[in-house]
Amino acid sequence: MNWHRLHRLGLAVAAVFIVAACGSSSSAGSTDWSTQSSASAGGGMDALVAAAKAEGQLNIIAVPRDWANYGAIIDGFTAKYGIKINSANPNGSSQDEVDAVNQLGKTSRAPDVLDIGMKVALANTALFTPYQVGVWKDIPAAQKESSGLWYQDYGGYMSIGYDSSKVPAVTSMQDLLGSAFKGKVALNGDPTKANAALNGVMMASLANGGSLDNIGPGVDFFHQLKVKGNFVPVQATTATVKSGQTPVVFDWDYLSQSHGTDVPTWKIFVPSNATLGGYYAQAINKNAPHPAAARLWEEYLYSDAGQNFWLKGGARPVRMAAMQSAGTLDAAAAAALPAITGTPVFLSPDQATAAGTYLAAHWAAAIS
Amino acid sequence: MTAAGNAAAVIDAGRPLQGGRRLPLTWLGAVPFLAYVGLFLLLPTVIVVAGAFVDKNGSVNLSELQTLNQPYVVKAYMSSVLLSVESALIGAVAGALLAYVIATGNPQGLLRRTVTSAAGVLAQFGGVTLAFAFIATIGGAGFLRVFLLDHGIDIYPGNIWLYDLPGLIVVYLYFQIPLMVLVFLPALDGIRPQWREATESLGGNAWHYWRYVAGPLLAPAFLGATLLLFANSFSAYATAAALINQGNPIVPLAIGNLIQSEVGLSDPGQAKALALGMIVIVAVVMISYSVLQRRTARWLQ
Repeated sequence: MNWHRLHRLGLAVAAVFIVAACGSSSSAGSTDWSTQSSASAGGGMDALVAAAKAEGQLNIIAVPRDWANYGAIIDGFTAKYGIKINSANPNGSSQDEVDAVNQLGKTSRAPDVLDIGMKVALANTALFTPYQVGVWKDIPAAQKESSGLWYQDYGGYMSIGYDSSKVPAVTSMQDLLGSAFKGKVALNGDPTKANAALNGVMMASLANGGSLDNIGPGVDFFHQLKVKGNFVPVQATTATVKSGQTPVVFDWDYLSQSHGTDVPTWKIFVPSNATLGGYYAQAINKNAPHPAAARLWEEYLYSDAGQNFWLKGGARPVRMAAMQSAGTLDAAAAAALPAITGTPVFLSPDQATAAGTYLAAHWAAAIS
Repeated sequence: MTAAGNAAAVIDAGRPLQGGRRLPLTWLGAVPFLAYVGLFLLLPTVIVVAGAFVDKNGSVNLSELQTLNQPYVVKAYMSSVLLSVESALIGAVAGALLAYVIATGNPQGLLRRTVTSAAGVLAQFGGVTLAFAFIATIGGAGFLRVFLLDHGIDIYPGNIWLYDLPGLIVVYLYFQIPLMVLVFLPALDGIRPQWREATESLGGNAWHYWRYVAGPLLAPAFLGATLLLFANSFSAYATAAALINQGNPIVPLAIGNLIQSEVGLSDPGQAKALALGMIVIVAVVMISYSVLQRRTARWLQ
């Protein structure tokens, strides 16, 4: 009986403690982080860190560990702040991320933060809440939404990665039509589904007389590859590259670079007549179940450490220019990036839509 | 004594305690099944059918259904039907022959026991596992392919057809043939040796027997099983998705892309319209199947 009383007393004490804890955090900080659009507006970084630690968790989605060095970033964040990261559907697409935000609503499993393709980001800004990281001014104006609904994080250039032990050196797009590339050339996904693959076909178009408004020559080029038996209709992944199924891959240079871990003879080529760039963006779910942790995650990603992690993964972080002039850029990692000789071009959302519509009608016929 | 006592207790337990009206409770056992079918078959079907008539702006009209006449959608339907017809026909013929071999052999023999239990397992072997088995064996870097290549034999003189529709037929046959054995064997077992003897004593030869006796008896069962194989292949998704990564050449993959596309082609309404088309085709096939099944059942008593 004493035990029961003790037990109840313990529960009561715990309850009081919890209530007090909640009360103190809301009275001391008096901050509802879900509406704060910067760390300083919510009481500064220390308050943000404390609130995020109290939340204890962060939900991320569609972030593979081998994508742009995200594994190191995830581990670094958890080590620094002791916040557990729940990573859902790592191989999902940007559309999958938005679907998850819609379907999971205000539940505790909903994604807190999104790393998302520009096309999907611009179509879904109503799902985001504005937030400006501390280094907001370092992000070029064209690469962010002015209120902070989305802000580009890292990017790179479309490239041709190849295993130099299995195929001859690639020096132009036309090389791929040669007999040495039979059954070897792959895309990172279906271009009617995956953004990286769509950009791969667009790069082929640029190198073959097309333009950002005309992806047709790219589709024709892949039709040629198919006719010659050079195209492998397999989605290139770390596994297919490692097993040798896809020795030549059209992909973003920063994703391609990670194949060097498994295949030391992996080389990356960016055609000078088709330098197609692309950036991803960050956004915070307006219904984020862990609003403070979400904001702290963004601060971490845009810190010098976070940006250098991406750079080590071969991606070009959005603060690269600012960090270079400030001397905080990881120079060795920057030097390891593939050489870019052409003038970079970027697909606008409208151009991407037009390319997608053209692919929907023509892609299946071109490669069957 | 105790056994009888227990039996009486069981019977008593089934009776209403106070002699009131007896409630028919026999349907209770079916509740989990009905709930399951309702939640996972009927409800999704209703959602899909209703959704096919709602456009992107939420108004009710036929605009999503009109997307079905785009050339690439029509082509996907044709490829799906062709793939299913081919894999069903090849599977049905090969499976029927195998079943015939078993049916005419020793009913307790090792061959029959081995084949039927293997068929029971393999008919359920599909999806990513099956696709992986084929990719690892005869894929671009599959061990058998590489082995043959080392000995001067290239099994893919043109494109690697494993990752295309012909590859899908080969892979589907891996579960279609065993399924045919399972569903066709009972029909073959229903054929009595006496009927053949009767044909022979009436002066008929083997041709007469197959043309006028066994053929007509087995035809409904054969056609019915073929339709089942058609539906089985028509609705398969996971195997195809694991094997084919480009072009979405068949309807299930096209539907998947309309839900997952991140390049602006995501259109759940159109996905539902495509699914409605599949439901109509499968409904026609399954109704024909049940009609044929009824005719078959008459002879298998």
